[in-house]
Amino acid sequence: MIRLTHSLSALRQRVALINPAPAAKAGGMFLLGDDMVDARLGGGLGRAALHEIFAGQEEDAGAAAVFALILALRGGNATKPILWVRDDRVERSVGQIYGPGLVELGADPDRFVMVTAPDELATLRAAGDSVKCGAVGALVIEPYGKARTLDLTATRRLALAAASSGVLTLLLRVGAEPSASAAQTRWSVCAASSEPLAANAPGIVTLNVNLLRHRSGVAGFEACLEWNRDQQICVSQTRGGAALSGGIPSSAFFGTDQAKAA
Amino acid sequence: MVAVDHRAQAFGIGGDMTFADARARVPELAAFPHDERADATLLDWLAEGCDRYTPMVALEPPYGIILDITGCAHLFAKGETGLQNDLVDRLARHGLTSRTAIASTADAALALAQYGAEGVRDLPVTVMRLPHDAHSALRRAGLYTLGDLADRPSAPLAARFGEKATALLARLLGKEDIRITPRRVPPALVVDQHFAEPIAREEDVLNTLDSLAADMAVQLSERGAGGRRFEASLFRSDGHVARLFIETSAPTRDAPLLNRLFRERISSLSDPLDPGFGYDLVRLAVPVIGPLTLQQLQLEGGSVAEAEIAALIDRLAVRLGRHRLRRLSAGDSHIPEQASLSFPAVEAAPPNHWPQPETGEPALRPLYLFDPPQRIIVMAEVPDGPPRQFRWRRAMHDVSRFEGPERIAAEWWKRRNMRGLTRDYFRVEDVRGRRFWLFRHGLYGSEQVNPDWYLHGLFA
Repeated sequence: MIRLTHSLSALRQRVALINPAPAAKAGGMFLLGDDMVDARLGGGLGRAALHEIFAGQEEDAGAAAVFALILALRGGNATKPILWVRDDRVERSVGQIYGPGLVELGADPDRFVMVTAPDELATLRAAGDSVKCGAVGALVIEPYGKARTLDLTATRRLALAAASSGVLTLLLRVGAEPSASAAQTRWSVCAASSEPLAANAPGIVTLNVNLLRHRSGVAGFEACLEWNRDQQICVSQTRGGAALSGGIPSSAFFGTDQAKAA
Repeated sequence: MVAVDHRAQAFGIGGDMTFADARARVPELAAFPHDERADATLLDWLAEGCDRYTPMVALEPPYGIILDITGCAHLFAKGETGLQNDLVDRLARHGLTSRTAIASTADAALALAQYGAEGVRDLPVTVMRLPHDAHSALRRAGLYTLGDLADRPSAPLAARFGEKATALLARLLGKEDIRITPRRVPPALVVDQHFAEPIAREEDVLNTLDSLAADMAVQLSERGAGGRRFEASLFRSDGHVARLFIETSAPTRDAPLLNRLFRERISSLSDPLDPGFGYDLVRLAVPVIGPLTLQQLQLEGGSVAEAEIAALIDRLAVRLGRHRLRRLSAGDSHIPEQASLSFPAVEAAPPNHWPQPETGEPALRPLYLFDPPQRIIVMAEVPDGPPRQFRWRRAMHDVSRFEGPERIAAEWWKRRNMRGLTRDYFRVEDVRGRRFWLFRHGLYGSEQVNPDWYLHGLFA
């Protein structure tokens, strides 16, 4: 029995060497600003790490982009620029990033450098170069569609580079299904009905975010977040029940992946 | 007939002879249609190759090239004749017969090359290209060559044939000179490397560029200057010239940076360099130089981070193209698509004044904007009701919440007919919580009979 415990701890040490826990990495953690969500995340998200954000459906491209922007604003170094690397085809399918729209979400458009690449490989190459540059505040990578070249090896490369350079790297996926990756967290984001303003006008940005997977074993959960632009924090909404749902993802579509990750 | 070759001339063909006469004389005469554009392209290509001798190269259509070799001839073993022989040899390798002449003015050199005389004074007066009766008048006066004209006072000549004639005569005789207008602006600084034996390996080319960049860095730092655009010209021994450009976001004279960028440029070429039989001249030029003083490093490392970002932007811009890295800039317009402009990130950033939103308001402008807006089919009340339901990309969306219209008029003061369609913008949310930005293009009834609807952007 003792020998077994010994070998188990030795094994744990080896695993820790291969795959260090995010807290141990340089850069520390950042919070989303909502107490409940941050508590569920176990103290926030890794700054020098790769995070994947999937749009629930193609129409949720805007919602997913806003969540990526929120993470970049909360987690990125505010004095450094944000690089947004996109495939040309993304630009055609969801439109270009609009300066006044960034201002409306509390971001300074002058911080952004937009990079458009002609194809998938060029997108990944540009992203690979950017993630190694420690002077980048945050990096958003937006490949088009399924992006088959973005496999476990490619994401692992990005994650390792992010860990060593300390660049917060966000992989924004629209029209793609989750597959094996080395990202620290994986989120699925959908738009949610907002709290209406006077005369039934659409209200403040509201997102349904779903943590599908966490590398250090945080249980998945679902939350409805409102982005408070003026204070730059997320506020979870309680709408007819608990704000945070349990560990079981609501969408059956992602269920298999959850099982894989667990 | 435009031109004949040597062999045809040997049969006595040429001059003002018509094609029918020539065919009658030599039935097996080969004829090709005259292609002026191909001639011009060939001349341009030759002029490009002549850049190896001097930066001052001008075209003299249809068949002439003028080189200003002032201060360039000493690079050749036999001076001016050495340069001339080199040029003639290179042209002969392409099967081209050339007539060259060196003279103190461009006009004289051109005339000598055309008429093949020994000296300018031996040239016939027809060089002057005066009207036909003027030529016969000169002949009748016993003036056959420029030498005859040169000995006479110029005032009576000007009175008889005009000021232009005397000015041209002065230029031909070298008494007066006008500068040629080069086909490309001579660069501010040039370093080059000749090779007796042409080099063909890409690695050798890159190493040569490395050493040239180091030379250039020394020269630039002596002047306290830097460049933002660099041009490498690779002269192939058969006359072809490949040119590579790189651009940096800040003035630089950093040789390792230039080397990295040139490596990036060469590896990103869509069709790789074709060295053929090798390059015998590699040249590095800076078109424009600007002042660049030594920079003090900031203690907190701010300028280091800025330099790192600039280096990253330069590298990506060289690989992907300068227009693919962009920064946003606020446009002074209320037309939504003109309120946010973008400009290449390698250029200096203009100051921006983004309109700040009011505290507590929801986002009134979308994060993603379609340019051009996407046409949608909308069910809405007439004349100016909000949309109830719309179809975008084959999916129906039921509107549950809306705000609007936000009426944005066309910029009629910029339009010639003072008109343009008014847009009524609606911020809508569908039953599933997605927020869209729609507009009706034109006012119902007064501007459009049946206005179209467009989707302009996506909110979160």
